[in-house]
Amino acid sequence: MSVTQGDVSRQLVDSSVWSDQDLANHGIPVYDMPFVSVGGGIGSFAMVDTLRIAGITTDQIRVISDLERPSQTYEYLASNSQIRSGHRLRSDSSSTVDCIWGWPGYALREAWGKKTPGVAVQVLLEPVAADYYTPKAGQVYESLNREAARIRWNQMVVPGIVRHVRRRDRGDYFVLSTPPAGSAATKRIAFRSRFIHMAVGYPGVRFLDDLQAYRKEHNDFQRVVNAYEPHDHVYAEMRRRPCTVLVRGAGIVASRVLQRLIDDRDQHGAQTTIVHLFRNYPAGPQGDKATFRRPAAKGWAYQGFNFPKAAWGGQIRDHLESLEGDARRDFIDAIGGTNTAPRKHWREQLDRGEAQGFYLQGRGEVQSVIPIPDTRQIRTVVGGTTGLPTTEYDADFIIDATGLEANIEDHRVVMDLLRHVGAGKNVKGRLDVERDFRVRNADNGEGRIFASGSMTLGGYYAGVDSFLGLQYAALRIHDNLVDAGFGQRIGPGRSTSQWWKWARNTGI
Amino acid sequence: MTPTLAGRMQSRLALLGTVGVVWTALIGLAVPRPEGAETSAIYKALFTALLIVAVAGIVWELVYHALQQYRWEKDWPTLFGLIVAVPEGTMVWILLKNQIPWDAGPVQASTFLTMFITLWLLIWAITNGPLQIVALRWRYRGGRFLGGWG
Ligand SMILES: Cc1cc2nc3c(=O)[nH]c(=O)nc-3n(C[C@H](O)[C@H](O)[C@H](O)COP(=O)(O)OP(=O)(O)OC[C@H]3O[C@@H](n4cnc5c(N)ncnc54)[C@H](O)[C@@H]3O)c2cc1C
Repeated sequence: MSVTQGDVSRQLVDSSVWSDQDLANHGIPVYDMPFVSVGGGIGSFAMVDTLRIAGITTDQIRVISDLERPSQTYEYLASNSQIRSGHRLRSDSSSTVDCIWGWPGYALREAWGKKTPGVAVQVLLEPVAADYYTPKAGQVYESLNREAARIRWNQMVVPGIVRHVRRRDRGDYFVLSTPPAGSAATKRIAFRSRFIHMAVGYPGVRFLDDLQAYRKEHNDFQRVVNAYEPHDHVYAEMRRRPCTVLVRGAGIVASRVLQRLIDDRDQHGAQTTIVHLFRNYPAGPQGDKATFRRPAAKGWAYQGFNFPKAAWGGQIRDHLESLEGDARRDFIDAIGGTNTAPRKHWREQLDRGEAQGFYLQGRGEVQSVIPIPDTRQIRTVVGGTTGLPTTEYDADFIIDATGLEANIEDHRVVMDLLRHVGAGKNVKGRLDVERDFRVRNADNGEGRIFASGSMTLGGYYAGVDSFLGLQYAALRIHDNLVDAGFGQRIGPGRSTSQWWKWARNTGI
Repeated sequence: MTPTLAGRMQSRLALLGTVGVVWTALIGLAVPRPEGAETSAIYKALFTALLIVAVAGIVWELVYHALQQYRWEKDWPTLFGLIVAVPEGTMVWILLKNQIPWDAGPVQASTFLTMFITLWLLIWAITNGPLQIVALRWRYRGGRFLGGWG
């Protein structure tokens, strides 16, 4: 047979079901491994942490990843969007990625460790008489690394990029991975596994179409930037000379970017003028019932986190579990969508900016984005929707802070699951999973595939793309696996004894 | 916290039935008592109070649940869990004094308050975190212990 030994052939890639013999014919080494998690980010970490606590040993788990540590991709995206290790991020005290029990939360630990009782008082008063407490990024990373060492994360990681997940003809699956060049004898290696967990995060940074088009057409990647890509040069230049910047988006990233811009004015004497463009502009509370009304003002919809709190484990979680089809999609849209946290500091800055004239708001649909001849500025023409006049905004920089999500089909392995394994899409076009995050129509004999993270949004749980949501998914998957005979249920006894080990940082 | 109605009821009854009973038994030995009061009389009063907190609490939870509907986040802030001790405690005291559900004997305010305030703080503290050590899934289920994930 004319195949390169150790690599796939066209014929193999095109066939949906593989056999042991197929891989032997291709000279691809096959390793038996009961559980494989693909991704190695925070979603994989939450899953593996839970399994290890449930008594699964390191030799039964492999994590295929291109990361050196689980928080790496997160750190990169957070840092670009202006959350550095000393800054506070966006989840609450009990969303503790390093601790499946959620207690003690980050606030208590910070209060104790840094001798700052104020933060303990803050969690007590939140959100009624104080802003929600949120932990500093550095604290989250540090404790995550500590837990990774405790569960011996590194022993389970296999460097590589997963290319395909395929059904095996006699049940279970093959996971085909490309290890880094030179690290293995063959170009590809395969795992033969019963349980697969997909946690591949975001397929990529999504740009607004008009900005994407502008960048391509004018080959300008310096002045039109996305908040999730490195763009510190923008702030640096604005500190050097008075500039106008146009910010698009009204979510938490937009809030953080605006804070950075105004902090630079306040602390470094920048003379920046900010034009903030809204596509939708809620001027007052959203929702038609007193029992379903989200606070909103001046273009911003406000809630503590990306969904109402009870979406993670209360009335809203229960309600969503009961919904199907369009009703589910509409409900997720109503409780999610674009929103930001009502932090006092942010509001104060914007009110001041408005009063002093360095923060202006615009609204409407963008009609065109064009360079202004003989200047270094860019003109954004905004259409007069709902009776507003057409307006032009000239700016030195444009920051797109609208989003990160992209089509799941942009992700190769997920696409492979759709095309060859039989997985489907849910009401929001993402990967269709059951209430316990088992991928629908993907079972193979005893084999099961699970997925967690942003690619499952649209299912029965809204907060899938958050620390707590990833831990919730891990717990649901764990319960499913216990039924399949994999691991011991973390009941009250095991839970307590394992927490004690966690608290004392005893290795498991 | 983000309790559901069933979660509220279950949590209240489960915690009063375990922590509540043990704590009342212990604190009964330490509460201020009138000169010469019998231990059994003290316990009768304290356990009657505990029972009222549990039974009347069912009604309170309905009220809290109704109020929670007006919160967008459908949450119940930590602070609320403390503040509601005031109306609840007042009502328990009024019922005790009016011999509802029965005559619990002469009970002085300091006895009742010592028991009620310490118990409330204890249960409040436990439900705001440590409970999750034993009941890992409780926080996701809106405070339910029974009924699985569904
Ligand atoms: C800027 C930002 C801030 C956020 N802040 C918070 C917050 O404060 N609190 C909160 O709860 N949530 C927050 N989130 C949401 C969420 O918790 C994080 O994005 C989290 O990192 C998601 O974890 P994940 O495992 O799904 O993805 P990631 O952590 O991104 O990990 C997925 C990994 O899979 C790898 N991968 C992809 N394809 C393959 C393949 N084929 N083979 C091998 N590896 C692959 C990727 O390289 C990636 O590293 C934030 C998100 C962003 C973007």
